[in-house]
Amino acid sequence: MIKAVLMMNTQGKPRLAKFYDFLPVEKQQELIRGVFSVLCSRPENVSNFLEINSLFGPDSRLVYKHYATLYVVLVFDGSENELAMLDLIQVLVETLDKCFSNVCELDIVFNYSKMHAVLDEIVFGGQVLETSSAEVMKAVEEISKLEAASNSISLVPKSVSGWRGR
Amino acid sequence: MSSTSNSLMDSLFQRSLEDLIKGLRLQILGESTFISKSLDEIRREIKQTDLSTKSIALQKLSYLAALHGVDMSWAAFHAVEVVSSSRFAHKRIGYHAIAQSFNDQTPVLLLITNQLRKDLNSSNEYEVSLALECLSRIGTDDLARDLTPEVFTLLGSGKAFVRKKAIGVVLRVFDKYPDAVKVCFKRLVENLESSDPQLLSAVVGVFCELTTKDPRSYLPLAPEFYKILVDSRNNWVLIKVLKIFSKLASIEPRLAKKVADPICEHMRRTVGKSLVFECVRTVVSSLSDQETALKLAVAKIREFLVEDDPNLKYLGLHALSIVAPKHLWAVLENKEAVVKALSDEDPNVKLEALHLLMAMVNEDNVSEISRILMNYALKSDPLFCNEIIGSILLACSRNSYEIIVDFDWYLSLLGEMARIPHCQKGKEIEHQLIDIGTRVKDARLELVRVSRALLIDPALLGNQFLHPILSAAAWALGEYVEFSKTPYEIAEALLQPRTCLLPPSIRAIYIHSAFKVLVFSLGAYFSAKEPTSSPLVPESTTSGFSSVNGFTYKSISSLLNMIELGLCSLSGTLDVEVQERAKNVLGFIGMIKHEIAEKVTSQDSETEASRAIAFMEDIFSEELGPVSSTAQEKIPLPEGLELKENLEDLQEICREVLEPIDDSKSTSFSPSDKISFSIAKLRIRDQQEASSSSSPEPKSAYLLAEHRKRHGLYYLSSQKSDDHNDSNGNNNNNNTLNEYPPANEISVDSFNPKKKMNQSKPRPVVVKLDEGDESKTKPDASSNDEPLSRAIQTALMGKGKEKEREKDNHERDLDSGVNEQSLRRDKKKKKNGEKRSKHRSRRRRDEEVSATKPVEIPDFLL
Repeated sequence: MIKAVLMMNTQGKPRLAKFYDFLPVEKQQELIRGVFSVLCSRPENVSNFLEINSLFGPDSRLVYKHYATLYVVLVFDGSENELAMLDLIQVLVETLDKCFSNVCELDIVFNYSKMHAVLDEIVFGGQVLETSSAEVMKAVEEISKLEAASNSISLVPKSVSGWRGR
Repeated sequence: MSSTSNSLMDSLFQRSLEDLIKGLRLQILGESTFISKSLDEIRREIKQTDLSTKSIALQKLSYLAALHGVDMSWAAFHAVEVVSSSRFAHKRIGYHAIAQSFNDQTPVLLLITNQLRKDLNSSNEYEVSLALECLSRIGTDDLARDLTPEVFTLLGSGKAFVRKKAIGVVLRVFDKYPDAVKVCFKRLVENLESSDPQLLSAVVGVFCELTTKDPRSYLPLAPEFYKILVDSRNNWVLIKVLKIFSKLASIEPRLAKKVADPICEHMRRTVGKSLVFECVRTVVSSLSDQETALKLAVAKIREFLVEDDPNLKYLGLHALSIVAPKHLWAVLENKEAVVKALSDEDPNVKLEALHLLMAMVNEDNVSEISRILMNYALKSDPLFCNEIIGSILLACSRNSYEIIVDFDWYLSLLGEMARIPHCQKGKEIEHQLIDIGTRVKDARLELVRVSRALLIDPALLGNQFLHPILSAAAWALGEYVEFSKTPYEIAEALLQPRTCLLPPSIRAIYIHSAFKVLVFSLGAYFSAKEPTSSPLVPESTTSGFSSVNGFTYKSISSLLNMIELGLCSLSGTLDVEVQERAKNVLGFIGMIKHEIAEKVTSQDSETEASRAIAFMEDIFSEELGPVSSTAQEKIPLPEGLELKENLEDLQEICREVLEPIDDSKSTSFSPSDKISFSIAKLRIRDQQEASSSSSPEPKSAYLLAEHRKRHGLYYLSSQKSDDHNDSNGNNNNNNTLNEYPPANEISVDSFNPKKKMNQSKPRPVVVKLDEGDESKTKPDASSNDEPLSRAIQTALMGKGKEKEREKDNHERDLDSGVNEQSLRRDKKKKKNGEKRSKHRSRRRRDEEVSATKPVEIPDFLL
């Protein structure tokens, strides 16, 4: 099971945080800070794994990847394969790259909703359900269309009925 | 009017999430004020009736909660409102907020059951997907129960997009509502034969999770998993199946043989490192008895170790550490790589290499490896340095110092460790110094030498991490002072001015050790003067050294003066422990000092001083042994002892009784006894106090009797305690019985003749307590989610029977041996027996779980 997916920049500002078990927000923030403090002390060109039991409890593993100004982090337990999780980060980033054509930190900052749409197609309740970025893109585009459609119907009636009501 | 215009303003000029993010980015300093301002806005907007306004407010709140730690539990009801909107965009925001912020305790949770059901039945697959995602995150017992029919329907959906998510949600549903197994299990299993890789990946993932929790229940599905293992070419699927077999093979060894071949096949064939590593891990952790598979896996590990990729290097070392306990040769083959990895720049790699190196340690190479590691420790950063020290300490002390032959060497190593600048393992070193002192008689001389070197170095007192070590050194010098050549110097070191840097508890140990040194020196002095009066004394005290007899009147009195001088400043210390110790010693010195002066002239051997000294020597001569960690448990619980009685009124009773005692004490006893209350706090067992407390016995016995009369409830049955009182003389024996293991429990290491041959020096005897030294292994807890296991087993039993019938038809094709046939029949019988006993007590159940439980694996797999 995947326990958490985190993205944060090299200053430690969280850009995406998703925990698959319920945690109070204070605890979430504490974990994000804890993860960052370990990450930022890692030298370059070392392995992408971290011992993280002190933060996430026994049998927790963490893989991360460093992209320009961003860390992408996955926390998971013994039912996942470390190298496969590293591949999964790659899948996620590739998909985002297709979504935003050449993804950068700003895309992630401003597209909260879409980020989650992408992530939710890949990881479902902590399980990896999709690893093909083409499939993910297909679903995400459908979702965007549906959202746009439901909002466009909404615009006119909302304002008109709103005015008439008074 | 104003409120409507306000709401109008809110919805017309509402900030979108993007506006909020932009605003946040403009704040350089006052981010928190901006957030609280935005929260005020959100609170207003979220109360609007217009769902668009409401949903955007909720979305902003979700954002702030996820990335800025803002509480959103107060908005639970609004999330329910938003989710009920008919528009997809709103629904998505609502479900996102619910999954993010709801837990089992959220009060409005019950309100979403119908909404979830409606969306699960929706014709729009993306709405269904939202509801499934939500259920998989927040599903409670009630939700799982109520929505099981919908999940069942969706498991048969023709759309892979929906079906894979329905498969995923089954994990949560089974976990919360085990009875769902009856409904959904068949459809779930059917998916194991699906040709769609998406569905297969999902269902295998679910079974991987289920098997991790309770492997035994899923053994009957082994053939299905086996087929996937052989046929699939999808790495994601194969990794999960390997994980399943790793669990299954560890409880069913015959399975290991069967799956070894296909796993080797994958190892040879694939280029995907993740799959290779998973194969390797499966082999080393569960199939390590399969020789060809293991050899191939170790070869793959070696490939990993020589790669430049630090990830592969790390994982290779990690795999080696799994295989190390059973097949050390695999590690030894890669010794160079391991040692090289010790100086890797990657902390993970270094740590794994260290663990592996420690796995290779044995009695022949322990000194060599320790030497290498100590050099690394000196060069490393504090964190890794302490990891190294910790691992050496752990490896060397394992099994009562099993691998240590030369304790003199090991003690000097401990002394060296204490001097490593970053060393923070003081507690463990303290423990081992004392432990070796009590267990290994032959090592005491070296222990005293090492302790002396530590103690006379005033610089070490400044490092607080070393204080525990110094405490052990001080204790050892006091306890084994007879091995010391220079008692005067030791007493001086124990009382040096810089000891004021020590915490009081350790200072007390220093003073007490000085006391022991003093008593020893005086004893030696007296026995040397009068060899005729007590011929036994010199033999017993000077067994270690004859040179200590060279005490002259001058040297002994300068020792007395030095100690007196060192302690008199401490008699006024605030800490009672230190104060009491100092006063004890000073009192003793005061008692004997003038008589020593007289003794030079008079030849009377029966002076009070010599008697007192002989008495103290007696007390200290009792040897302290190691205490079994389970000693307490071995004492049977006295009959009639009330442990669970409410003791609330005891406080009142104590207040009432303690005061008269205090009064009587101050009037009837000498001042030096005044503080003997804190005995219980002393860290070193102190028989001196024990004996002194027997003197006020008549008075306290009376008080005790009084107390017993009034509050008999809290006492043991009177007969028992009377015994205790009567045999006051045996009191000490009782104590020692608890402290020392009964004779039949001490086992002495017998020399292994083979080892003895190549050892120049025989290994000293190490006192071992049979069971006490190893921490008890907890009895295996039976599977933690019993209802689910039971449900699964019931479901599979039906399936098993079905298959059985099928198989009977194809008996010839499957070519099953006669033996296996009868084996199976036996198993079936057992299973029936188990069924009958299902309703018996839980304990009985546990027993059965721990015994080999009947499982059915089709014969062709075995």
